[in-house]
Amino acid sequence: MLDTAWIWRNLPKIWDLLVQHAVLSYVPVVVGLLIALPVGIACVRWRWCYPIALAASSAFFAIPSLALFVLLLPYTGLTAATAIIPLTLYTASLLLRNIVDGIRSTDDSVRQAAAAMGYRPMRRLVSIELPIATPLILGGLRVAAVANISMVPVASVIGVASLGDLFIDGTQRFFATPIIVGIVLTAVLALITDLVLVSVQRVLTPWGQTRRSK
Amino acid sequence: MTKPAVRAHSAETPASVTFQSVTKRYPDGTIGVDGIDLVCEAGKITVFVGPSGCGKTTTLRMINRMISPSSGTILIGDRDSATFDEAQLRRGIGYVIQNAGLFPHRTVIDNIATVPVLLGVNRREARAAAMELLERVGLDASLAKKYPYQLSGGQQQRVGVARALAADPPVLLMDEPFSAIDPVVRAELQDELLRLQREIGKTVIFVTHDMDEAIRLADRIVVFQRGGTIAQSDTPERLLIEPASPFVRDFTGDSGIKWLSLMSTEQIASGSSRLVSERDSLTPSDEWRLSVDDAGVAQYWIAPGQVEHTLATPCRRTFVVGLDPMRAALDSSLMSPAGLAVATDESQRVLGLVDFAQFDAAIHRYRSTAHA
Repeated sequence: MLDTAWIWRNLPKIWDLLVQHAVLSYVPVVVGLLIALPVGIACVRWRWCYPIALAASSAFFAIPSLALFVLLLPYTGLTAATAIIPLTLYTASLLLRNIVDGIRSTDDSVRQAAAAMGYRPMRRLVSIELPIATPLILGGLRVAAVANISMVPVASVIGVASLGDLFIDGTQRFFATPIIVGIVLTAVLALITDLVLVSVQRVLTPWGQTRRSK
Repeated sequence: MTKPAVRAHSAETPASVTFQSVTKRYPDGTIGVDGIDLVCEAGKITVFVGPSGCGKTTTLRMINRMISPSSGTILIGDRDSATFDEAQLRRGIGYVIQNAGLFPHRTVIDNIATVPVLLGVNRREARAAAMELLERVGLDASLAKKYPYQLSGGQQQRVGVARALAADPPVLLMDEPFSAIDPVVRAELQDELLRLQREIGKTVIFVTHDMDEAIRLADRIVVFQRGGTIAQSDTPERLLIEPASPFVRDFTGDSGIKWLSLMSTEQIASGSSRLVSERDSLTPSDEWRLSVDDAGVAQYWIAPGQVEHTLATPCRRTFVVGLDPMRAALDSSLMSPAGLAVATDESQRVLGLVDFAQFDAAIHRYRSTAHA
């Protein structure tokens, strides 16, 4: 069933697709975080922003990714940007909620104490509220990263290379090997990414592992 | 931060806190605090007590401008607090809240070092100073690297106190700091605070709704009443003996009993004739006697007529002369089958037994000096 000879022959190509797949998945996570952070902070600062941003992001989330890819094609063509832009926006939408909830998760007594110690609002945000929000934000990042990894193959349909190419190749030729390789590698990539993010969380938030309530 | 921040106050001398017709009126028209005048003396513990919603916490929070007064002036030392930069003012005033409010993502040592770091002290120095404070508030150095969730409530509150003291502020505000702590640990923390205060002599302003706590800690008690006014501001003793209004009298409750907590046992007389060594053989007697071991520590009571040593009635309560108040002495007396209080020194060595006549004399003597 599995044609190992084909795998060996195409190893360099498979590797390229894997790297491309990873790039298409990770870049949106990083850029999405960079977009969602200021928006989330603004939403905490000015409460009226949040319902608007939330409505926008939910509406956006409802659009199927393929539709978005096709919509972008005339502008960005067959470049990686066609895949990265929608995925970035998905990630940002997903992270917004985690960031806002995360910042708000700071205990009121902690916030009061910080103010009473003489933290100005900006410094309090950076040194108290954001660090406390880290577990929730990282949780969002894990979901977003894994979701992206599983969404990226769709981009192959519009000609942006990823492990999705293997699905198309296999389907067109009624040849199972590329499909199986694609599935396994996608799953492995998702698993490794998640494990890495979990370790990052361990390192960044040693205080939160067995956090118990008062 | 490159240049050290300007200190809001000089650290060595505690500053008084003065309220001059201070009012807090909320936008909806309700009055939180209504034109209070008050001086919290430098280096003393002033305790605000009162039922909830009477403005005591609001008054406290106006000192570091967590709440801004609608009118009136608050002086820190002799400077109007409104003239300080808000953050600078707060860095110069220690603040301890209920549940400690420790930063969950920072280790104990970094929690304590918070304000010095904000003030621009470099992290290593701030940590070194924090280590000293950790021990000063009675915590083991091994806790330094722990996170708040790994500590008990009492330990967290001690860290809260250390954090508030880290920048050596002249004023320390404590907003119901011990009310969520169980009674045994609370008593420990109260003793610890008094001990600490003897060393550091800060201007402490302490909010509680617990009158016993107020009496135990205060140099001066300020009783707040509904409407945000002060019902009485006095020493604990005067407050108990001469309540200014029926409200204060009701609020202080069993004043006479509480007064016993303020009475010193230093002058109390005791007799040692009824002490017997547990090694000695017993001669018959028609009085209760107390046996003591070689170190002089109380063991058990010997009933009238009893001629053999038994462990039947152990001595459960003793009091330390001069250290424990009259209330503890009376407690010792009520808990003994003989009706005699057992007076000891600080190493638990029995000094003698106190009977009711001796209590009567001691309390009378105390009352006459208090009323004089």
